[in-house]
Amino acid sequence: MEKCCCQSKRNTVSLNSFFKKNNNTYFYLLIFLLVLFLFLNACHSVKKKDHVINFWAMGVEAQHLGELITVFEQENPELHVRVQAIPWSAAHEKLLTAYAGNSTPDLCQLGNTWIPEFVVLNAIEPLDTLLKTSTDIDTAQYFSGIWATNEIDGTLYGIPWYVDTRLLFYRKDIFEELGHSTVPTTWDELFDLSLKIQNEEKTEYAFYLPLNGWHEIVAMAMQNGSTLLKDNNSYGDFAAPEFQNALRYFLKLYEHQLCPLGMNAISNLYQSFADDYFAIYISGPWNLGEFQKRLPESMQSKWTVAPMPAFAGESPGISTAGGSSIVMFKNSENKAAAWKLIEFLSRPEIQARFYQLSGDLPANTTAWNIAGLHENERTEVFFQQLHHVKATPRIPEWEQIALKIQQHVEAMVYGNITPEEAGSRLNIEVDRLLDKRRWLLERERE
Amino acid sequence: MKFRGQNINAAYLFLTPAMTAIFIFFFLPVLAALVMSVTDFDIYSLGDISRARFVGFSNYIDLFKNPLFWKALGNTCYFVLVGAPLSILISMLAAMALNSKMLRFKPFFRLTFFLPVVTTLVAVAVIWRYIYQTRFGLLNYLLSFVGINPVDWLGNPRWAMLALIVMAVWKGFGYNMIIFVAGLQNIPETLYEAARLDGANGWQEFRNVTLPLLAQTTGFITITTLIGYCQFFAEPYVMTDGGPLNSTLSIVLMMYKEGFKFWRMGYSAAIAFILFGIILIITLIQLRIQKHHEI
Repeated sequence: MEKCCCQSKRNTVSLNSFFKKNNNTYFYLLIFLLVLFLFLNACHSVKKKDHVINFWAMGVEAQHLGELITVFEQENPELHVRVQAIPWSAAHEKLLTAYAGNSTPDLCQLGNTWIPEFVVLNAIEPLDTLLKTSTDIDTAQYFSGIWATNEIDGTLYGIPWYVDTRLLFYRKDIFEELGHSTVPTTWDELFDLSLKIQNEEKTEYAFYLPLNGWHEIVAMAMQNGSTLLKDNNSYGDFAAPEFQNALRYFLKLYEHQLCPLGMNAISNLYQSFADDYFAIYISGPWNLGEFQKRLPESMQSKWTVAPMPAFAGESPGISTAGGSSIVMFKNSENKAAAWKLIEFLSRPEIQARFYQLSGDLPANTTAWNIAGLHENERTEVFFQQLHHVKATPRIPEWEQIALKIQQHVEAMVYGNITPEEAGSRLNIEVDRLLDKRRWLLERERE
Repeated sequence: MKFRGQNINAAYLFLTPAMTAIFIFFFLPVLAALVMSVTDFDIYSLGDISRARFVGFSNYIDLFKNPLFWKALGNTCYFVLVGAPLSILISMLAAMALNSKMLRFKPFFRLTFFLPVVTTLVAVAVIWRYIYQTRFGLLNYLLSFVGINPVDWLGNPRWAMLALIVMAVWKGFGYNMIIFVAGLQNIPETLYEAARLDGANGWQEFRNVTLPLLAQTTGFITITTLIGYCQFFAEPYVMTDGGPLNSTLSIVLMMYKEGFKFWRMGYSAAIAFILFGIILIITLIQLRIQKHHEI
């Protein structure tokens, strides 16, 4: 305390003589003013709160929102949007913690496979009534498979913001050298072509299927007609022939050494693709931009994308329905304003502009025309694929189940278990996971 | 000296703030976790507490039936049994080297050996990922000179754990080394002189003077290292995320994933208490051995 007094004395000699008070009084006066200032400041921000929309967005999207938010604020001068960027890797934990701590934002970007979880938590607002009165959002302008991921038991909980699905990225030049101007439409033909690529030593490996994802195997299984789960999503269905066929095809790729085993073999995906390390890769739209940016100029005409092959019949084959939606939290005190922002971000011209800024494919199909995405051969392929997408089971346990699938597939390609064993073990483990769900369904029935 | 009446009250008064803090921030959460471990508290219950059930010991029983748990336990044991002795041995050797009169530039070596300890693990992990890289990594490059084919250190289930052990030992040995150096400096020089007068050679000096007088220090280091190694988490979390094929999944990483990734708090709490039990048993055995040696 003494030290502080000395400090104030030294700095304020002239003022002190003006006030003609002793040092201590002056010091307390300073503290008092400081507290008063902080208090008034706090009141000030409380008063402003009604007009603030808190919006949490993930890394890249949050980065590119600035310009659009400025336009929104010009249109609605009484509103202020506060965007908070959260990294994908920490998003799930942060959202759950925010929910537990009662400090959720008004709006949030949510990966569409996460929606069921937040519906179960009773954390997000149903949007059906708001949508009915809306003139800005026309459901007919959306991809139906993507829209469906936002509906849980017939109720709408999110508006798709951007879309994402997986398809083939491949080396056009190598395919053409082998006499294929188009990509095979069935997996069997693609398998034969892969053998040829490797036999003629065009690349070290034909395929690259990273084992740290589940989209590839799940898409193949859904193409075979697998529903993954059965009995109202309360039991695993991985021993069924539909899923087993997909597993066997996957294994075949590794047994013929068409895929490198282990994740570390590829440290730099783009360099390996350019270095003839592999020719076919399954990935999503974010890699359109990355391939353009990171592959050398000479490679740019040598790669393109193709729709997912199918096992039989329909082409293109089904792929997974990914992407992000914007959801509104139940706790929001500002729902009308928040909805305004959702409508704004869903407008075709805003969606088109957001594509130009971020490279995210627009959820609104009218925006595809405005942004000229149909003229681009590669995005056009995505457009076709997006009409052939299917949602994974819409239950909160899905992320855990997907991880289990991924782990068992990994064990299978390492040769530790057979496809049959993978299926039966998956059933056991997934059934255990779904025990709670069965109990809740039971309770609901009573 | 006796404490009576006023004195003892005063003592309690001074202890109260610390005890309150420990109670609120330590005992209460532990108690809550214990209660949680006999419920199936999960994402459903977070939204509506009536959706949590009292399940008795079924979380524990489930865990013992879960092959992943045994895998994680095995991995942790592997890490502890190989990593901890290796770490203690290397830190003791390094400490003796630093303490020897022959070595020059001591402060330089002390600093170099201690530097990994104060470096954040994430930075260390980035560097080691480059070292372990299959096609362009430093380690495989060096091995190629002696004719060893490239090894996928972090991608091969057989090598991944070993790779993490080497990294963990490299990162951690400096800390124990400093404690050993302190222990060595506490040994009076006269004892060595006496031993030399009796005609002891270097090994005998080490065996009969250094080792017995370092027993206290070694005991302390063994307990803290074992406990630390049982809580093996950050290395796989940043390097491999438990893969490949769960070969680097540790108990704590599994607990973290179940708890904070999937929000199965009941299950996760059960894992925590099993780990607590294991560490308690190790520590008791360790203390018993040490007591035995002292008598």
